[in-house]
Amino acid sequence: MGFWEVTLSLLDGLKYTCLIFALTLVLALPLGLVISFGSMSKFKPLAYVIKTFVWIIRGVPLMLQVIIFFYVPGFIFGTPILSRFASVIAAFVINYACYFSEIYRGGIESIPRGQYEAGQVLGMTKSQVFFKVVLMQVVKRILAPMSNEVITLVKDTALARVIMIVEVIQAAQNFAGYGLMWPLFYTAVFYLAFVGLLTLLFGFFEKKLDYYKI
Amino acid sequence: MAIFEAKNIKKSFGKTEVLKNVSFEIEQGEVLCILGSSGSGKTTLLRCINFLEIPDNGHFILNDKLLFDASENVTRTDEEIRQNRLHFGLVFQQFNLFPQYNVLENVTLAPTLLKKGTPEEIDRNARNIIESVGLSDRIEHYPCQLSGGQQQRVAIARALALKPDILCFDEPTSALDPELTGEVLKVIKELKTKNTTMIVVTHEIEFAKEVADKVIFMADGVIVESGTAEEVIVNPKNERTQAFLSRFNTM
Ligand SMILES: Nc1ncnc2c1ncn2[C@@H]1O[C@H](COP(=O)(O)OP(=O)(O)OP(=O)(O)O)[C@@H](O)[C@H]1O
Ligand SMILES: [Mg+2]
Repeated sequence: MGFWEVTLSLLDGLKYTCLIFALTLVLALPLGLVISFGSMSKFKPLAYVIKTFVWIIRGVPLMLQVIIFFYVPGFIFGTPILSRFASVIAAFVINYACYFSEIYRGGIESIPRGQYEAGQVLGMTKSQVFFKVVLMQVVKRILAPMSNEVITLVKDTALARVIMIVEVIQAAQNFAGYGLMWPLFYTAVFYLAFVGLLTLLFGFFEKKLDYYKI
Repeated sequence: MAIFEAKNIKKSFGKTEVLKNVSFEIEQGEVLCILGSSGSGKTTLLRCINFLEIPDNGHFILNDKLLFDASENVTRTDEEIRQNRLHFGLVFQQFNLFPQYNVLENVTLAPTLLKKGTPEEIDRNARNIIESVGLSDRIEHYPCQLSGGQQQRVAIARALALKPDILCFDEPTSALDPELTGEVLKVIKELKTKNTTMIVVTHEIEFAKEVADKVIFMADGVIVESGTAEEVIVNPKNERTQAFLSRFNTM
């Protein structure tokens, strides 16, 4: 088995890696905001429920959550509800949304009260204050922790193989059955390139937001 | 007839009564200066006027209309409170400019969101106001690029852009280096010549003496003494006022 053959098959696996990454981000970024609002709710019971939920999701290994999402509905309903891929996406989205929600909450709570009050005194509505005054400041504050989380997500996609999704590492592992170990090490190149790209992207955003200080 | 009247305003936080029956009036174009030692409730009073706090008791009358009455047992919607706020402006001790917007954007943001005119009108109005506070050459600077005095002048311009009936200042120069207070006080003096109605909480006694039509001295949540600057600052009758002012004179 030659280099190109291996590369092609790893790229096939990379498709899933990218798909899990992209779908998780697109869905977890907004869901995290909803969860963070819930955890900051003035309606205390809701805040407690959300906080407990976040504690559970952050406390249980993601790998276990993937397994649970795939197998547990099967036990309960006799037949799997979600496909393998959908289970992975559901588990990842919920898990990452919880992590994001805590980063958002930290960012939102770090904005001084004076910013909200200045907006209110100028007659802005609550949502105008949030979206036009606070949000951009939050984005600037959370950019560094978010870039960490997003980079972790790239590598977490490998967990999908516990329910036999052939992402890039699983694709490489399949070659191990033929006695080929090097494809496994070769996958590091793909991850490094992926993370390198993201690092550049976040660096670019950080530069873009450099024009002001909070 | 007074443009604004606050009557029997009370406000407690938990068990601490911060404002105990405060009443005053202000005429159109007047400057009211509020003096008082730390913790006497000056900030709380301004926050009540701007509906950042809701008074527990009392009422506000603006332009002969009942704006707010604590005894009305209604739950006020955010929208009503927001509408009420539009009559007032507040300049904070800490400026509270929006750091991600430049000077012009800080001034145009609220009028734009509140649709106070066409974009051209809002822009023109903002530039005029920025010029009047002497910052035309800083129009594209960000708050972090400005001195404290300049930031506070932007904050004043931002409040003026909404043409409030009454502009409130909470110790507008307390966060500034002494050499920067003058430029801010000058702007306030100029506003007075343009007939702007203002309520100014300040520790600048000389400034108050010069600019105030009316002075209130507060202590422990009550108005201890009120009158003209001449009456309250030059010839105070109450001993607490005298004690407060003597501390400034010896400084
Ligand atoms: N949100 C709040 N919760 C509880 N207590 C408060 C709150 N805001 C103000 N107070 C208390 O109310 C009292 C008056 O505060 P306020 O800020 O109005 O005084 P001030 O006259 O503006 O003082 P200073 O000159 O220091 O600014 C203080 O004892 C303060 O601790
Ligand atoms: Mg104060």
